[in-house]
Amino acid sequence: MLLEVRDLHVEFRTRDGVAKAVNGVTYSVDAGETLAVLGESGSGKSVTAQAVMGILDTPPGKITGGEILFQGKDLLTFKEEERRKVRGAQMAMIFQDALSSLNPVLSVGDQLGEMFTVHRGLSRKDARTKAVELMDRVRIPAASQRVRDYPHQFSGGMRQRIMIAMALALEPALIIADEPTTALDVTVQAQVMDLLAELQRELNMGLILITHDLGVVADVADKIAVMYAGRIVESAPVHDIYKAPAHPYTKGLLESIPRLDQKGRELYAIKGLPPNLMNIPPGCAFNPRCPMAQDICRTDVPPLAEVDEDRRSACYFWRETLDARND
Amino acid sequence: MPAMTKTAEPILEVTGLVKHYPLTQGILFKKQVGAVRAVDGVDFALGAGETLGIVGESGCGKSTVAKMLVNLEKPTAGTIKYKGEDITKMSGRALKAVRRNIQMVFQDPYTSLNPRMTVGDIIGEPYEIHPEVAPKGDRRQKVQDLLDVVGLNPEYINRYPHQFSGGQRQRIGIARGLALRPEIIVADEPVSALDVSVQAQVINLLDRLQSEFDLSYVFIAHDLSIVRHISDRVGVMYLGRIVEIGRDAEIYDHPTHPYTQALLSAVPVPDPEAREHRERIILTGDVPSPANPPSGCRFRTRCWKAQERCELEVPLLAVPAEFRLTTDPTAHDSACHFAEEKHVVPTDDLDDGVK
Ligand SMILES: Nc1ncnc2c1ncn2[C@@H]1O[C@H](COP(=O)(O)OP(=O)(O)OP(=O)(O)O)[C@@H](O)[C@H]1O
Ligand SMILES: Nc1ncnc2c1ncn2[C@@H]1O[C@H](COP(=O)(O)OP(=O)(O)OP(=O)(O)O)[C@@H](O)[C@H]1O
Ligand SMILES: [Mg+2]
Ligand SMILES: [Mg+2]
Repeated sequence: MLLEVRDLHVEFRTRDGVAKAVNGVTYSVDAGETLAVLGESGSGKSVTAQAVMGILDTPPGKITGGEILFQGKDLLTFKEEERRKVRGAQMAMIFQDALSSLNPVLSVGDQLGEMFTVHRGLSRKDARTKAVELMDRVRIPAASQRVRDYPHQFSGGMRQRIMIAMALALEPALIIADEPTTALDVTVQAQVMDLLAELQRELNMGLILITHDLGVVADVADKIAVMYAGRIVESAPVHDIYKAPAHPYTKGLLESIPRLDQKGRELYAIKGLPPNLMNIPPGCAFNPRCPMAQDICRTDVPPLAEVDEDRRSACYFWRETLDARND
Repeated sequence: MPAMTKTAEPILEVTGLVKHYPLTQGILFKKQVGAVRAVDGVDFALGAGETLGIVGESGCGKSTVAKMLVNLEKPTAGTIKYKGEDITKMSGRALKAVRRNIQMVFQDPYTSLNPRMTVGDIIGEPYEIHPEVAPKGDRRQKVQDLLDVVGLNPEYINRYPHQFSGGQRQRIGIARGLALRPEIIVADEPVSALDVSVQAQVINLLDRLQSEFDLSYVFIAHDLSIVRHISDRVGVMYLGRIVEIGRDAEIYDHPTHPYTQALLSAVPVPDPEAREHRERIILTGDVPSPANPPSGCRFRTRCWKAQERCELEVPLLAVPAEFRLTTDPTAHDSACHFAEEKHVVPTDDLDDGVK
């Protein structure tokens, strides 16, 4: 296994109290495999990714438990200097917010080039050539002219592609893409996802794709992990989940998807608000919003139960949920 | 949603809108060597209570149009008429009054929120500029109501933006956009960062607010399903221009412009079984630089139908000649010399079985 996250816990200590952002996340991804991480906004997808990358804001963030095994070694036991070597060269991240992750006072060419001067010892001139190549690869028009431009001079979508170029620069073994195509139109999104998939095959990279776009997930993922309130509530191969979700939250998500060929009245939405992470409800965190909740859901935290060999659901009523699909 | 009545005066009318950003060279003595033609001749009208969706390739100028509508950028040319008056020529008090009525919700929830202000201050900030809307004593309550309206816990009023997830921040931006109860909301990818369930909540909310307050929306997004859901009409942009515009069914079920067809065919379908047998139109070639757009039709360098005429003659945005005599949904504005209908959105017969 390329990456295995085991029972990870992350907290944020703020003035208002302790926010339990990640409460026992377990997931894994192999070389050449794509894991899609879905879930409510605020459910801890990005924070988990930041912990894996070793870029969590500490403080206020703190990893309070768990292991992050990368190629068999627990990264949480590494010194910061060893961590830094892994980052960029062996694992890279494509961020959700391109503008704030790019340096506003450096041209994009210099930022891309830096990857090669710092990590690979190339000359400035060779690094510049590499930078143009990468910009071409992610389809920035007129790359050789625009390599001197600053981030604010590019559209939102272009900045995202520059981020992707930066992550791919050193051909890492694992890429974590945090909503890499949220800012892109569908044709460029298709190109970018194709490009990511192509490079993934070529380099046998593992890919963790954090996204809200269930269309993209259906297109590229091998398996899915669904998060709610800092936990994995369901994990399964991609086909299984779309056919019949085994957790009421997943079911609600799938039912909320608007459709291209229909113009319905009102979109289905899961009722209620996501939980306050400083005050997660007892029992199953989803219970106040769950149409299937029973007494036990309000008192006992449901374990991640085995639905079948490669499928898990953290719901006491996963059987009923599976069946409800066919009503 | 009210359909646009052709007779009613539009609340917003945009004509010949252009924005060019100068391209300069040299550090000390900046010399203009060209221009990024971000927006290059855009016309549309927005009816009161109507939603106009705008979609298109990234970098085609959608956000630039949005910024001009709310006066964050000055157009290089063209007019923007709000209830008949050109706002690009306004200043002082008149401009301030208009700005109150046209609010924007931004694309990027990370950079559009000041990290040093509490959420309460951010959402209440518009009241500082327009104190007549909410007297000081009422503001806290108003802000808490807004938080509730967008699905955030009102107890979060004293938190800072970094304490929220991306999606939560987007909702803060929407709450701020609503604060002054504007007539027009220009929403630049307001739901891109949200998970589908929260997205559905926000879209339902925008729908509800629209009928309650007769709001008009310009709604920019990449998600074509969402755009269809919320829009009465949809405009498709490519490289600084609108290439096709019409009612939602005209665009989605009867597109006649090849770029629209490619765009619709690329929408990922939320069904892994469909992976293998999808018919995608893959566009070849690179997006041309807006600093140096192709002659004639701007889409021709990537179009499978392009002929010599496309290189020589700019296609106008109008009902193509061959459809002019019909009344069916193919008869809508499309800037293509070789416009023809093509069905690209698969209709799922099984689901429609129940009548
Ligand atoms: N620096 C921080 N201080 C305090 N709380 C934080 C901090 N960073 C994140 N959080 C909290 O941790 C929780 C998880 O955030 P995270 O960014 O992982 O959500 P997410 O699942 O990626 O959501 P989205 O889909 O909206 O991006 C959120 O509720 C957020 O408020
Ligand atoms: N301040 C600026 N200076 C120079 N060029 C700019 C500036 N702002 C935008 N541009 C350019 O104008 C064009 C249109 O940008 P805009 O942000 O409007 O695109 P968009 O359609 O909103 O794209 P996206 O879908 O990626 O958000 C792009 O080529 C962009 O690089
Ligand atoms: Mg996130
Ligand atoms: Mg934009």
